[in-house]
Amino acid sequence: MAPVLRFEGVAVRAGGKTLLGPVTCRLDSPGITAVMGPNGAGKSLFLSAAHGVLDDLAGRVTWDDTDATHSRKSRGFMFQATPVLRRSVWGNIAFALSGQRLAKDDRAARITRALADARLDADPRKPAAALSGGERKRLDLARALVTDPRVLILDEPAANLDPAATAAFEDSLRRISGRGVKILFSTHDIGQAKRLADDILFIDGGQLIEQKTADTFFSKPVSGPAERFLKGLL
Amino acid sequence: MIRLLIVLLALSLPARAEMPFLVLASTTSTQNSGLYDQILPLFTKDTGIDVRVVAVGTGQALRIARNGDADALMVHHRPSEDTFVAEGYGIERRDIMYNDFILAGPADDPADIATASSVTEAIRRIARSGALFASRGDDSGTHKKEQEIWRAAGLAPTGNWYLETGSGMGATLNLAAAKSAYTLTDRGTWITFGNKGPLRRLFGGDWAMFNPYGFIIVNPERFPHAKSDLARTLSDWLVSERGQAAIAGFEIDGFQAFCPNAQGADPAPKHRPTCPAETRK
Amino acid sequence: METLRQAWMLVATGDAALLQIIGLSLRVSLWATLIAAVIGIPLGAALATWRVPFSGVLVVLSTSMMALPPVVVGLIVYLSLSRAGPLGDWGLLFTPSAMIIAQTILILPIILALTREAVLPLRRDYDMLLRSMDAGPILRLRTLIWDARYGVMTAILAGVGRAMAEVGAVLIVGGNIDGLTRVMTTTIALETSRGNLELALALGLILILIAIGVNAAIHLIGRFGRRYEVTR
Repeated sequence: MAPVLRFEGVAVRAGGKTLLGPVTCRLDSPGITAVMGPNGAGKSLFLSAAHGVLDDLAGRVTWDDTDATHSRKSRGFMFQATPVLRRSVWGNIAFALSGQRLAKDDRAARITRALADARLDADPRKPAAALSGGERKRLDLARALVTDPRVLILDEPAANLDPAATAAFEDSLRRISGRGVKILFSTHDIGQAKRLADDILFIDGGQLIEQKTADTFFSKPVSGPAERFLKGLL
Repeated sequence: MIRLLIVLLALSLPARAEMPFLVLASTTSTQNSGLYDQILPLFTKDTGIDVRVVAVGTGQALRIARNGDADALMVHHRPSEDTFVAEGYGIERRDIMYNDFILAGPADDPADIATASSVTEAIRRIARSGALFASRGDDSGTHKKEQEIWRAAGLAPTGNWYLETGSGMGATLNLAAAKSAYTLTDRGTWITFGNKGPLRRLFGGDWAMFNPYGFIIVNPERFPHAKSDLARTLSDWLVSERGQAAIAGFEIDGFQAFCPNAQGADPAPKHRPTCPAETRK
Repeated sequence: METLRQAWMLVATGDAALLQIIGLSLRVSLWATLIAAVIGIPLGAALATWRVPFSGVLVVLSTSMMALPPVVVGLIVYLSLSRAGPLGDWGLLFTPSAMIIAQTILILPIILALTREAVLPLRRDYDMLLRSMDAGPILRLRTLIWDARYGVMTAILAGVGRAMAEVGAVLIVGGNIDGLTRVMTTTIALETSRGNLELALALGLILILIAIGVNAAIHLIGRFGRRYEVTR
């Protein structure tokens, strides 16, 4: 059973302007969902709201009827600005397991598995600060995965990666999804969305405009903004 | 690393922390002379009581005692001592000993005070010559004595030649040595002072420069926690034969530095005092 | 040269009085640093990471207090611990405990301000992650303090250095009692006032050596810590 995400009258306002919403929707598909839209549309806000990390939120966000802010520990989140801790590669990933009582071997096994899943083969004892941009993204993915989340939310995960790194990343995502993890990610790269997504949430100007399966969205966009976006005009 | 830290933290308290003790507020000049270092251990040996001397300027010593932070007070300024007792802060003031002040100055003595007939004459000569004078200016016993001398001479010293350090005797002597200035100092500090430079002892022996010390017990009725019984033990010891002999036996550089006078000296004898002697013992 | 020889002789002969004085200096300063660190490090980290109301006021206050003249702190502590003051019944005046209290107050602002400075750069990256993980306040503080540990260690050493070098506070509240509350700095003051300048200078040299040791440690820690610093 795929986890069910619900937005009920969700809105994000700041400085008198409405940045997102109001949005009401329900997402229960098991595959990979891409959140698409032009820059500044509100994709990051949508994902942050979905993960329950926004403070001043109107409305309710729930995963399987549990408030999103209370269930953060069951999800993994990749930020657009990749956070790097002042520790080794290993330490960065292990950090996500802080506050969990685990046997030393168990902990080591999970971290090793996360490294493999993310295809990060840098020396885990190296300071994380020494990693390249692409490696940092994979580190962030490993950290998101190490807690064995049911849901993985990724904010523009493959931005600034070269084609080879992007391909490897997408490959990882496919494998992870194949294991039953629900993946929700944002991108403005149409090609990437076509390659990965099973269904699409299209956001423009802070509004959720379309929610379709990928095939339907790409072949028969219904709304004006979606059409213009797909044609590269937005 | 942690172990080193624990060792450092656990450095043991000195043994004196466990004995019965009293706090004696006194002056830096008395402390610096070395008198306490010599006679107080004798007291501790006799009675098993530790004396913790807090040595500060006379004004501060009086203030500490007024706050009840000391159990006994030993300073050398009779008017302040009398006020202290009159206002109910202290009881049983006793004479213990006296020493004297001297005038020190540059070896060439530009004001020619060495030939003066009295201390008021000497101080007038300094004022007239315009030579530099270093004063403590800190409300201490020495400073108050200095002010008495200026008053007796009918002068109020001000001007670029009158330097007020606001500090202890040592700092003032340092300044006097550096600037070849005249200054008033107690004999004990003078003898032990290590940085005399161009300074020499130029005038002394006038009875007006007599410097009596009084021991006062902090009043237990006003300060219930004050250890008046221990203070009384020290007071009794200081005026006893043993204590007075210990004081007389204290020498600085071969000179007897303090003169015991528990019987009370005549405040204004006409002759020069036989103690402290001008010559070595 | 004579001064150096005197200083060396003092140390080499292991003069008991000198060792006792050095020991007391270390004891008072280290205890004060420990207490100030236990209070100041979590407080500094909290100030850096949480949007506390009036945090601006607190920050200005603590950085200003870093510049407090020690003699003023000593005076305030004396007035508090004096029998005529509010805490007189504790009977702590003219004891090493009073000196530890005074020095703790003196270096608490330093440790607090420097810890905050050390933790601030971490805020951006760690904040995101800690929120996303739903980390509780204790885990949050522990993580920040540990990952900023090189800066925090520098804060602690700065506190130790300041404590060992000050004389105004310990002089007033300790009373410079021989064998009980006499530390290196107050001994230097005493010997200077006695005109024993060579002895004072010799002690001063020992103090300078300790200060150099502390600062060398700070420098090495800084170099070591830079390995982990993240640049974008």
